[in-house]
Amino acid sequence: MSKGRGWFVVRRLGVVLSSLVAASMLVFVFLNVLPGSPAEVILGTQSTPASVAALTIQLGLNKPIWRQYLDWMGGLVNGNFGVSYISGQSIGHEIHQALLVTGPLVLLAMLIGLVIGVPLGLTGALYKGRWLGSVVGGLSQIGIAIPSVVAGILLTVGLSIKLHLFPSSGFPGWQDPWGSLRALVLPAFALGVVEGAILARYIRAAVMEQLRSDYLRTARSKGLRRSQALRRHGLRVAAIPVVTVLGLEIASLIVGAIVVENIFALPGVGMMLLNAVNNRDLIVVQDIAMVVVTAVLLINTLVDLSYQWLDPRLRGRR
Amino acid sequence: MTLLAGKVDEAQRRSAFRRWRANPSALLGTVIVGVIALTALVSLVWTPYGPLAIDTNHTLSAMSASHWLGTDEYGRDTLSRLMASCKITMYVGGLSVLFATAIGLPLGIWSAWNKGWVSQLILRAADVLYGFPALLAASLFAAAFGASTNTVVLAIGIAYIPVFVRVTRSAALVILNAEYVLAALAYGRRPFAIVRKHVLPGIGSIIVAQMSLLFSIAVLAESGLDYLGLGTAPPNSSWGTMLQSAQNYLSSDALLCLWPSLAIVLCVLGFSLLSEGVSELRDERGGR
Amino acid sequence: MALLKLQSLSVAHGDLDLVSDVSFDVHAGERVGIIGESGSGKSLTALAIAGLLGEELRSRGSVHFDGEELIGASERHLSRLRGDRIAMIFQEPMTALTPTKRVGVQIGETLRIHRGVGRRASQIAAVELLGRVEFSDPQRYARMYPHELSGGQRQRVMIALAIAGDPDLILADEPTTALDVTVQRKILELLDRLVREENCALVLIAHDLAVVSTICDRVVTMYGGRVVETGSVADIIDHPRHPYTAALLATSSAIAVDVESRGTVLPSIPGSVPSAGHFPGGCPFRDRCSSATSACLEFPLMESGSHRVACWHPLDENSERGSR
Repeated sequence: MSKGRGWFVVRRLGVVLSSLVAASMLVFVFLNVLPGSPAEVILGTQSTPASVAALTIQLGLNKPIWRQYLDWMGGLVNGNFGVSYISGQSIGHEIHQALLVTGPLVLLAMLIGLVIGVPLGLTGALYKGRWLGSVVGGLSQIGIAIPSVVAGILLTVGLSIKLHLFPSSGFPGWQDPWGSLRALVLPAFALGVVEGAILARYIRAAVMEQLRSDYLRTARSKGLRRSQALRRHGLRVAAIPVVTVLGLEIASLIVGAIVVENIFALPGVGMMLLNAVNNRDLIVVQDIAMVVVTAVLLINTLVDLSYQWLDPRLRGRR
Repeated sequence: MTLLAGKVDEAQRRSAFRRWRANPSALLGTVIVGVIALTALVSLVWTPYGPLAIDTNHTLSAMSASHWLGTDEYGRDTLSRLMASCKITMYVGGLSVLFATAIGLPLGIWSAWNKGWVSQLILRAADVLYGFPALLAASLFAAAFGASTNTVVLAIGIAYIPVFVRVTRSAALVILNAEYVLAALAYGRRPFAIVRKHVLPGIGSIIVAQMSLLFSIAVLAESGLDYLGLGTAPPNSSWGTMLQSAQNYLSSDALLCLWPSLAIVLCVLGFSLLSEGVSELRDERGGR
Repeated sequence: MALLKLQSLSVAHGDLDLVSDVSFDVHAGERVGIIGESGSGKSLTALAIAGLLGEELRSRGSVHFDGEELIGASERHLSRLRGDRIAMIFQEPMTALTPTKRVGVQIGETLRIHRGVGRRASQIAAVELLGRVEFSDPQRYARMYPHELSGGQRQRVMIALAIAGDPDLILADEPTTALDVTVQRKILELLDRLVREENCALVLIAHDLAVVSTICDRVVTMYGGRVVETGSVADIIDHPRHPYTAALLATSSAIAVDVESRGTVLPSIPGSVPSAGHFPGGCPFRDRCSSATSACLEFPLMESGSHRVACWHPLDENSERGSR
C-alpha cells in the first residue's frame, strides 16, 4: 500500500513537472513574439542601429528562439534567473529579497484567514437557523464581496490615518523584525479578512453537510454528544472540501499579495512584477511569472495529495 | 411497496417564479444586478455631468445638491463617474465570462463524453492554464501589448477557462452516467442530440450559477487590475482607477474612496447572491 | 412494568404533526414490529425514542424508558443511555458508517465511550464482536474501511456496533430494506439470533409484514403518523381488523403468494400515500379506504385490549383476511 502511494506521488510530481515545462513555453513564447526587440525598448529614444545590434548580441537575442528558451530554462533550473535588462541587477537576488516580504505576508494572511474563518464557519453551522448563525452567514457573505484593494484602503484610513496604529506604507527590512512585522499586519489583514470570509462559508457548508450525515447520527447513537460526534467523526471528511478551498485560497493570496503590496508600498514580488511590467523588463516578468505558476501548481498538487491522506476511499485510486 | 409508492412533490407544483421570489438570495441578487445593469444602460445616454468633464472651479468638493456625491481632484462629478464605470464593469465581466464559457463549456462536455487522448490533453492543458491566475495573465498581457480594458477581458477570460472546463465536465459526467441517458445511447440516439436534449438542460443551472459566480470574481479582479494600472487606463473611469486616484486623498477626502468601494462590494455581492440563489433553487428542485 | 412506554408521542415540524399521539409499550425482551408505508412516521417514532430527531423536528408527549422520562431530557443524559442501554441500527448501511474510520475502531468506540475501555482492549472486543456477526476473518475485517465492505457486511458491522454495549433495547430502522433479497434473510436471522442471545428488547421497523412476522411477538401498524392497529403477530396476520393492515397484508410479498394460490387477485391499495403532513384530517386513511363514511372525518378512539384497532368500520374479527 505504501508503495502504491509512493508511486502515486511520483506520478503526480511528473505531471506537475510537465505542466511547468508547458507553462514556461507558454510564457516564453508569449513574451518573445512581440514586435520590436527588447534592445530597442531598453535603449529607448537614444537607440541607434549600431547600439541596438551590439546590445542584441550582448543579451543573446540573436540566437534562435529555441536556444534562448533553453538558456533561460537552464538558468532557472540552476537557480540563475538572469540579469535585469533595465537595472542590470541579478534577478535571482532581487526575487529572493522580494520573497522575504511576500512569503511572510502570505503566511500571515493565511493565518489571519484561518483564525477568522474556522470559528466563524463552525459557529455558522452549529447555530444555523438561530440569530447567531444568520449574523455569521451575513457577515461572511459581505466579507466575500470586499476586494482586498477596498479592504486595504479602508484599513489604512481607519487604523493608520485616523488612529496611527500601524504604518500605512513602506517596509523597514528584516533587520528590524518588529517594525517589519508591524508593516505587514495591515496588508495581511486586508488579504486575510476576505480569505477568512470565503473559508468560513465553505467550512459552514461542509460542517452542515456532516451534521446531516447518517454516520454522524450513528456516532450519536453510540453515545457521543453532537459536538463530540462532529469532532471525532465529521471533521476529517469536512476537511476535504475545506482543504480544496484552502489550496485555492493560497493561490489567490499570492495573487492578492501583488495588489496589496502595491497599496502599502511593500517591496515584494508583486511590486517587482508591476515595476517590471511598467518598464517592459521582460525577463523579470518571465521569471516572476514562473515563480508564481510554480507556486500555484505545487500547492494544487499538495492539495490533491492531501485527499489521499484525508479520505481512505480515495487511496489506491488512479 | 412499489404499488403503494408515489409521492407527490409539492414543490414541483409551485411555479418557478414563486420559488424565485421566495428565495431571498435570488431575489436580492436579481435586484442588485438589475440596478447595476440598468445604471450601466442609462449611463450610455445620460449621466448628470460628463464623466470626463473637468471643472477646475469645483475640485474635491463635498456632497451637495449639484454634485450629489461630490467631485474628484479634477472637479469631475463622482456620481457620473461611478455610473460610467458600471458600463466598464458590465463590459469586462460579461465579455470575459462569455469568453470563458464559450471555450470552456464545449471543451468540458467533450472531455466528459470522450475518454480518449484528446480529452486527456484538454484536461492537462486546463491544468497548465490553471497556473495562470487572472492577475498574472493580465500582467503578461500588459507587458506584451500594454494595458487596456480589452487585455483585462482576455486575461480574466483565459484564466477562467479551466474553471469552466472542470465544472462543466463534472456536471456533464453525472448526466451522461444517468440511466435515461445510457438508455438513449443504447437506443442509438446521436451524440449531438443527447448533448442538446439531456446534457445542456441538465447542466444549465450549474453553468448559470457558475457564470454568475465568476462574474462576481471578475468584478473583483477587474477592480484590482484597474487599480494597479494593468487595465482600463485613465482618464476613462472605472471603479478601480477611481480608487487608485482617490487613494492620494485618503487623509483629506476619505469619502472619495468610499463610493467606488461601495459600488464594487455591492456589485460583487449582487452576483454572488444571484449565483447562490440559482444553486439553492436548483437544490430545492432536487435537480441533478 | 414495561421497559419502554410511549404515551401520546408526537413529532412536529413547525406546526405540522408528522407523528401524532403514538402510544404503545415494549416489555423487556419483547420484540415489537412497526409496519407502515414510507411517510407513516415509523422511523421518526424510533428516532424520537432515541432523541436523535433532526434539529428542525420537535417531539412532545412521553417516552418512558425504564421509569425515566426521555422527552425533554438533556443531550448529555440521553448520550449516556444511547449505545449503552438503547442502541440503533439504521437503514442505509452505505452511509451510516463513518468513511474515514476503520470498522474495528467504530465498533470499539461504543465500549470506549461507556466502559472506559482502552484502545487495545476495545479492539480485541471489536474483533470478537465481528466474529459474533459471522465474519470469517474478523481480525482482517476489523482493519478495513467501510467502503471496502459489501452492503450486507456493513449491515453486520452495524449490528455488531449495536450489540457492543449490551443494550436493553435495540431500535432497528428497516435494517434490511437497502439490501439484496438473499442477504436480507441472513441479516434477519442474525439479528433474530443475537437479540435472543442478548435477551434484549427489539423494536423492528419495516414496511413489509413478512419481515416483521418472522421475528416479532407483536405488531404496531402505523399510517399517516398514527397508530391504527396493534396486536400479536398471530392476531394481525390471521385477523387484521384495520382495512389498512389488511391491505398491507395482501400486498406483502411472502404472504401474498398464499393469497394468490387461493385464487384471489393480488390487490393493491388504491390511491397513493400523501407526502408527510398532508394526510386528510380525521382518519388519515379515509381517502383510500373503500369502507370510509362520514364518521371517518373524526379519528376513532383506540379500543382497549390486546388486539386494538382505531377504525370506525373494523373488519370482522372472524373474517378471513383478504375477503374485504
